[in-house]
Amino acid sequence: MEQFAALVRAKDNKPLRYLIVDDSIFARKNLAKMLESFGGEVAGEAGDGCTAITEYERLHPDLVLMDITMPQMEGIEAAERIVRQYPQARVVMVSSVGYQENIVAALQKGARHFVQKPVKADVLYEVVRYVMGDDVLTPQTVGAGGQ
Amino acid sequence: MKMELIQPFINSADAVLAQSLQCETRVGDVSMEEETYRRKGVAAIIEINGDIEGRIILDTDPRTAMHIAAHLAAGEVEASDDLVRETICELANMVIGNAITSLNDQGFRFKISPPQVHAAEQGLSGNEETEALVMCFETPKGSVFMNIAMHYNRRRKEERTAAVAG
Repeated sequence: MEQFAALVRAKDNKPLRYLIVDDSIFARKNLAKMLESFGGEVAGEAGDGCTAITEYERLHPDLVLMDITMPQMEGIEAAERIVRQYPQARVVMVSSVGYQENIVAALQKGARHFVQKPVKADVLYEVVRYVMGDDVLTPQTVGAGGQ
Repeated sequence: MKMELIQPFINSADAVLAQSLQCETRVGDVSMEEETYRRKGVAAIIEINGDIEGRIILDTDPRTAMHIAAHLAAGEVEASDDLVRETICELANMVIGNAITSLNDQGFRFKISPPQVHAAEQGLSGNEETEALVMCFETPKGSVFMNIAMHYNRRRKEERTAAVAG
Protein backbone atom coordinates (compact mmCIF):
# COMPACT_ATOMS: atom_id res chain seq x y z
CA MET A 1 0.00 0.00 0.00
CA GLU A 2 1.09 3.54 -0.79
CA GLN A 3 2.67 5.32 2.18
CA PHE A 4 1.70 8.85 3.18
CA ALA A 5 3.29 11.50 5.35
CA ALA A 6 2.10 10.68 8.86
CA LEU A 7 -0.74 12.76 10.24
CA VAL A 8 -0.38 13.51 13.95
CA ARG A 9 -2.48 15.41 16.46
CA ALA A 10 -1.36 19.01 16.84
CA LYS A 11 -1.97 19.01 20.60
CA ASP A 12 0.40 16.17 21.49
CA ASN A 13 2.06 14.90 18.28
CA LYS A 14 0.44 11.50 18.80
CA PRO A 15 -1.20 9.45 16.01
CA LEU A 16 -4.79 10.31 15.11
CA ARG A 17 -7.22 7.83 16.69
CA TYR A 18 -10.03 6.53 14.48
CA LEU A 19 -13.31 4.68 14.98
CA ILE A 20 -14.31 2.67 11.90
CA VAL A 21 -18.01 1.84 11.52
CA ASP A 22 -19.05 -0.56 8.78
CA ASP A 23 -21.08 -3.77 8.77
CA SER A 24 -18.52 -5.32 6.41
CA ILE A 25 -15.44 -6.80 8.09
CA PHE A 26 -13.69 -6.55 4.74
CA ALA A 27 -14.45 -2.83 4.46
CA ARG A 28 -13.23 -2.21 8.02
CA LYS A 29 -9.97 -4.06 7.35
CA ASN A 30 -9.47 -2.14 4.14
CA LEU A 31 -10.03 1.23 5.82
CA ALA A 32 -7.81 0.23 8.75
CA LYS A 33 -4.94 -0.51 6.37
CA MET A 34 -5.32 2.90 4.75
CA LEU A 35 -5.49 4.74 8.08
CA GLU A 36 -2.40 2.93 9.33
CA SER A 37 -0.58 4.00 6.16
CA PHE A 38 -1.45 7.58 7.22
CA GLY A 39 0.29 6.93 10.55
CA GLY A 40 -3.05 6.62 12.37
CA GLU A 41 -4.26 4.28 15.07
CA VAL A 42 -7.55 2.37 14.86
CA ALA A 43 -8.97 2.90 18.35
CA GLY A 44 -12.05 0.78 17.68
CA GLU A 45 -14.46 -0.74 15.20
CA ALA A 46 -18.23 -1.16 15.09
CA GLY A 47 -20.53 -3.08 12.78
CA ASP A 48 -23.71 -1.06 13.25
CA GLY A 49 -24.92 2.38 14.32
CA CYS A 50 -25.88 1.41 17.90
CA THR A 51 -22.45 -0.02 18.63
CA ALA A 52 -20.87 3.03 17.01
CA ILE A 53 -22.53 5.31 19.57
CA THR A 54 -21.37 3.26 22.55
CA GLU A 55 -17.88 2.92 21.10
CA TYR A 56 -17.68 6.68 20.50
CA GLU A 57 -18.66 7.33 24.13
CA ARG A 58 -16.03 4.85 25.31
CA LEU A 59 -13.16 5.83 23.04
CA HIS A 60 -13.67 9.50 22.08
CA PRO A 61 -11.72 9.08 18.82
CA ASP A 62 -10.42 12.01 16.82
CA LEU A 63 -12.36 10.93 13.73
CA VAL A 64 -15.16 8.51 12.90
CA LEU A 65 -15.50 6.86 9.49
CA MET A 66 -19.14 5.82 9.18
CA ASP A 67 -20.86 3.63 6.60
CA ILE A 68 -24.49 4.49 5.77
CA THR A 69 -26.33 1.26 4.94
CA MET A 70 -26.05 -0.93 8.03
CA PRO A 71 -28.35 -3.23 10.02
CA GLN A 72 -30.14 -2.07 13.20
CA MET A 73 -29.28 1.61 12.90
CA GLU A 74 -28.10 3.32 9.72
CA GLY A 75 -25.04 5.51 9.68
CA ILE A 76 -26.75 8.86 9.19
CA GLU A 77 -28.88 8.37 12.30
CA ALA A 78 -25.86 7.22 14.31
CA ALA A 79 -23.88 10.26 13.13
CA GLU A 80 -26.73 12.56 14.14
CA ARG A 81 -26.93 11.03 17.63
CA ILE A 82 -23.18 11.24 18.18
CA VAL A 83 -22.93 14.84 17.00
CA ARG A 84 -26.01 15.88 19.00
CA GLN A 85 -24.37 14.64 22.18
CA TYR A 86 -20.79 15.56 21.23
CA PRO A 87 -20.90 18.62 18.93
CA GLN A 88 -17.13 18.53 18.52
CA ALA A 89 -17.28 14.99 17.05
CA ARG A 90 -15.88 14.64 13.57
CA VAL A 91 -17.76 12.12 11.47
CA VAL A 92 -16.97 11.33 7.82
CA MET A 93 -19.52 9.24 5.94
CA VAL A 94 -18.05 6.46 3.78
CA SER A 95 -20.57 4.78 1.51
CA SER A 96 -21.07 3.31 -1.94
CA VAL A 97 -24.39 5.15 -2.10
CA GLY A 98 -23.31 8.66 -3.00
CA TYR A 99 -26.36 10.38 -4.42
CA GLN A 100 -26.95 13.98 -3.57
CA GLU A 101 -29.89 13.48 -1.18
CA ASN A 102 -27.86 11.08 0.92
CA ILE A 103 -24.89 13.41 1.08
CA VAL A 104 -27.03 16.43 1.95
CA ALA A 105 -28.91 14.47 4.63
CA ALA A 106 -25.62 13.31 6.17
CA LEU A 107 -24.16 16.82 6.20
CA GLN A 108 -27.37 18.26 7.66
CA LYS A 109 -27.22 15.71 10.47
CA GLY A 110 -23.70 16.76 11.38
CA ALA A 111 -21.31 14.72 9.23
CA ARG A 112 -18.28 16.74 8.14
CA HIS A 113 -17.59 15.08 4.78
CA PHE A 114 -18.50 12.23 2.46
CA VAL A 115 -16.26 9.69 0.70
CA GLN A 116 -17.67 7.33 -1.90
CA LYS A 117 -16.66 3.66 -2.07
CA PRO A 118 -14.50 2.18 -3.46
CA VAL A 119 -12.31 4.42 -1.31
CA LYS A 120 -9.12 5.76 -2.84
CA ALA A 121 -6.38 6.19 -0.24
CA ASP A 122 -5.25 9.57 -1.57
CA VAL A 123 -8.82 10.92 -1.49
CA LEU A 124 -9.34 9.70 2.08
CA TYR A 125 -6.01 11.20 3.15
CA GLU A 126 -7.00 14.63 1.85
CA VAL A 127 -10.44 14.38 3.47
CA VAL A 128 -8.87 13.52 6.85
CA ARG A 129 -6.52 16.50 6.57
CA TYR A 130 -9.38 18.79 5.57
CA VAL A 131 -11.75 17.65 8.31
CA MET A 132 -9.10 17.74 11.05
CA GLY A 133 -8.00 21.21 9.95
CA ASP A 134 -5.60 22.89 12.38
CA ASP A 135 -5.88 19.99 14.81
CA VAL A 136 -3.63 17.83 12.64
CA LEU A 137 0.00 18.23 11.68
CA THR A 138 2.04 16.67 8.91
CA PRO A 139 5.85 16.46 9.07
CA GLN A 140 6.15 19.64 6.99
CA THR A 141 3.99 21.64 9.38
CA VAL A 142 5.74 20.09 12.39
CA GLY A 143 9.08 21.24 10.95
CA ALA A 144 7.82 24.71 10.05
CA GLY A 145 6.47 25.18 13.55
CA GLY A 146 9.77 24.24 15.11
CA GLN A 147 11.90 26.76 13.19
CA MET B 1 -36.12 -4.89 -18.44
CA LYS B 2 -35.20 -1.48 -19.82
CA MET B 3 -31.63 -0.65 -20.83
CA GLU B 4 -31.84 2.59 -18.83
CA LEU B 5 -32.02 0.39 -15.72
CA ILE B 6 -29.28 -2.00 -16.76
CA GLN B 7 -26.59 0.33 -18.06
CA PRO B 8 -25.70 1.90 -14.68
CA PHE B 9 -25.09 -1.58 -13.26
CA ILE B 10 -22.81 -2.51 -16.16
CA ASN B 11 -20.88 0.74 -15.86
CA SER B 12 -20.62 0.43 -12.10
CA ALA B 13 -19.49 -3.22 -12.10
CA ASP B 14 -16.91 -2.43 -14.76
CA ALA B 15 -15.55 0.56 -12.83
CA VAL B 16 -15.61 -1.01 -9.35
CA LEU B 17 -14.01 -4.28 -10.46
CA ALA B 18 -11.34 -2.43 -12.47
CA GLN B 19 -10.52 -0.10 -9.59
CA SER B 20 -10.66 -2.71 -6.83
CA LEU B 21 -8.69 -5.36 -8.71
CA GLN B 22 -6.49 -2.80 -10.49
CA CYS B 23 -6.98 -4.49 -13.83
CA GLU B 24 -8.84 -4.31 -17.11
CA THR B 25 -12.25 -5.98 -17.18
CA ARG B 26 -14.33 -7.14 -20.12
CA VAL B 27 -18.05 -7.70 -20.35
CA GLY B 28 -18.47 -11.30 -21.52
CA ASP B 29 -21.67 -13.23 -22.05
CA VAL B 30 -25.02 -11.56 -21.43
CA SER B 31 -28.12 -13.74 -21.24
CA MET B 32 -31.69 -13.77 -20.02
CA GLU B 33 -32.22 -16.27 -17.25
CA GLU B 34 -35.27 -18.39 -17.92
CA GLU B 35 -34.63 -21.13 -15.41
CA THR B 36 -34.55 -20.70 -11.65
CA TYR B 37 -31.28 -19.10 -10.65
CA ARG B 38 -28.57 -21.43 -9.41
CA ARG B 39 -25.57 -19.83 -7.75
CA LYS B 40 -22.10 -20.57 -9.04
CA GLY B 41 -20.27 -20.43 -5.74
CA VAL B 42 -19.83 -17.48 -3.42
CA ALA B 43 -22.77 -15.13 -3.92
CA ALA B 44 -24.07 -11.93 -2.33
CA ILE B 45 -27.64 -10.70 -2.74
CA ILE B 46 -28.91 -7.15 -2.37
CA GLU B 47 -32.60 -6.22 -2.44
CA ILE B 48 -33.88 -2.97 -3.92
CA ASN B 49 -37.12 -1.24 -2.86
CA GLY B 50 -38.71 1.93 -4.17
CA ASP B 51 -39.43 3.16 -7.71
CA ILE B 52 -37.62 0.02 -8.85
CA GLU B 53 -37.94 -3.25 -7.00
CA GLY B 54 -36.09 -6.51 -7.19
CA ARG B 55 -32.78 -8.05 -6.31
CA ILE B 56 -29.26 -8.31 -7.63
CA ILE B 57 -26.84 -11.17 -7.04
CA LEU B 58 -23.09 -10.92 -7.48
CA ASP B 59 -21.64 -14.38 -7.86
CA THR B 60 -18.29 -16.04 -8.51
CA ASP B 61 -16.96 -19.56 -8.36
CA PRO B 62 -15.11 -20.34 -5.08
CA ARG B 63 -11.65 -20.21 -6.66
CA THR B 64 -12.23 -16.76 -8.19
CA ALA B 65 -13.71 -15.50 -4.92
CA MET B 66 -10.61 -16.68 -3.07
CA HIS B 67 -8.29 -14.99 -5.61
CA ILE B 68 -10.22 -11.73 -5.38
CA ALA B 69 -10.22 -11.80 -1.56
CA ALA B 70 -6.49 -12.58 -1.47
CA HIS B 71 -5.77 -9.70 -3.85
CA LEU B 72 -7.83 -7.23 -1.84
CA ALA B 73 -6.53 -8.45 1.50
CA ALA B 74 -2.95 -8.36 0.12
CA GLY B 75 -2.33 -11.80 1.62
CA GLU B 76 -3.34 -15.43 1.47
CA VAL B 77 -6.84 -16.45 2.48
CA GLU B 78 -8.50 -19.84 2.79
CA ALA B 79 -11.48 -20.73 0.60
CA SER B 80 -13.50 -21.37 3.76
CA ASP B 81 -12.51 -18.03 5.28
CA ASP B 82 -15.38 -15.67 6.18
CA LEU B 83 -13.29 -12.95 4.60
CA VAL B 84 -13.94 -14.48 1.17
CA ARG B 85 -17.72 -14.16 1.60
CA GLU B 86 -17.31 -10.70 3.16
CA THR B 87 -15.25 -9.57 0.19
CA ILE B 88 -17.90 -10.62 -2.33
CA CYS B 89 -20.60 -8.93 -0.21
CA GLU B 90 -18.63 -5.69 -0.11
CA LEU B 91 -17.93 -5.85 -3.85
CA ALA B 92 -21.68 -6.27 -4.41
CA ASN B 93 -22.35 -3.35 -2.08
CA MET B 94 -19.97 -1.09 -4.01
CA VAL B 95 -21.23 -2.13 -7.45
CA ILE B 96 -24.88 -1.69 -6.57
CA GLY B 97 -24.35 1.42 -4.46
CA ASN B 98 -22.57 3.17 -7.30
CA ALA B 99 -25.25 2.07 -9.79
CA ILE B 100 -28.14 3.33 -7.70
CA THR B 101 -26.28 6.58 -7.15
CA SER B 102 -26.37 7.03 -10.91
CA LEU B 103 -30.04 5.98 -11.15
CA ASN B 104 -30.95 8.29 -8.30
CA ASP B 105 -29.37 11.17 -10.19
CA GLN B 106 -31.75 10.26 -13.05
CA GLY B 107 -34.71 10.71 -10.72
CA PHE B 108 -35.37 7.18 -9.45
CA ARG B 109 -35.86 6.86 -5.71
CA PHE B 110 -35.17 3.66 -3.83
CA LYS B 111 -33.25 2.07 -1.00
CA ILE B 112 -30.99 -0.95 -0.87
CA SER B 113 -30.66 -3.48 1.90
CA PRO B 114 -27.26 -4.45 3.34
CA PRO B 115 -25.79 -7.31 1.27
CA GLN B 116 -26.46 -10.84 2.46
CA VAL B 117 -24.54 -13.98 1.64
CA HIS B 118 -26.74 -15.93 -0.75
CA ALA B 119 -26.35 -19.49 0.49
CA ALA B 120 -29.39 -21.18 -1.03
CA GLU B 121 -28.73 -23.45 -3.97
CA GLN B 122 -31.53 -21.77 -5.90
CA GLY B 123 -32.72 -18.18 -5.93
CA LEU B 124 -35.57 -16.30 -7.47
CA SER B 125 -36.34 -17.01 -11.07
CA GLY B 126 -37.26 -14.38 -13.59
CA ASN B 127 -40.88 -13.99 -14.59
CA GLU B 128 -42.98 -11.84 -16.85
CA GLU B 129 -42.62 -8.82 -14.56
CA THR B 130 -39.20 -9.54 -13.14
CA GLU B 131 -36.91 -10.69 -15.89
CA ALA B 132 -33.50 -11.87 -14.78
CA LEU B 133 -30.48 -10.76 -16.76
CA VAL B 134 -27.13 -12.45 -16.21
CA MET B 135 -23.90 -10.70 -17.13
CA CYS B 136 -20.40 -12.06 -16.95
CA PHE B 137 -17.43 -9.77 -16.26
CA GLU B 138 -14.11 -11.28 -17.22
CA THR B 139 -11.22 -10.30 -14.95
CA PRO B 140 -7.68 -11.68 -14.59
CA LYS B 141 -8.84 -13.25 -11.29
CA GLY B 142 -11.71 -15.08 -13.00
CA SER B 143 -15.30 -14.45 -14.01
CA VAL B 144 -17.70 -12.42 -11.91
CA PHE B 145 -21.41 -12.88 -12.63
CA MET B 146 -24.12 -10.33 -11.97
CA ASN B 147 -27.72 -11.53 -11.98
CA ILE B 148 -30.27 -8.71 -12.08
CA ALA B 149 -34.00 -9.28 -11.56
CA MET B 150 -35.99 -6.09 -11.09
CA HIS B 151 -38.97 -4.20 -12.38
CA TYR B 152 -40.63 -0.80 -12.10
CA ASN B 153 -42.88 -0.42 -9.10
CA ARG B 154 -46.18 -0.03 -10.98
CA ARG B 155 -47.87 2.10 -8.31
CA ARG B 156 -44.89 4.45 -8.07
CA LYS B 157 -44.64 4.62 -11.85
CA GLU B 158 -48.30 5.61 -12.14
CA GLU B 159 -47.81 8.28 -9.50
CA ARG B 160 -44.79 9.65 -11.34
CA THR B 161 -46.64 9.66 -14.67
CA ALA B 162 -49.64 11.41 -13.08
CA ALA B 163 -47.36 13.98 -11.48
CA VAL B 164 -45.67 14.73 -14.83
CA ALA B 165 -49.05 14.94 -16.63
CA GLY B 166 -50.53 17.16 -13.90
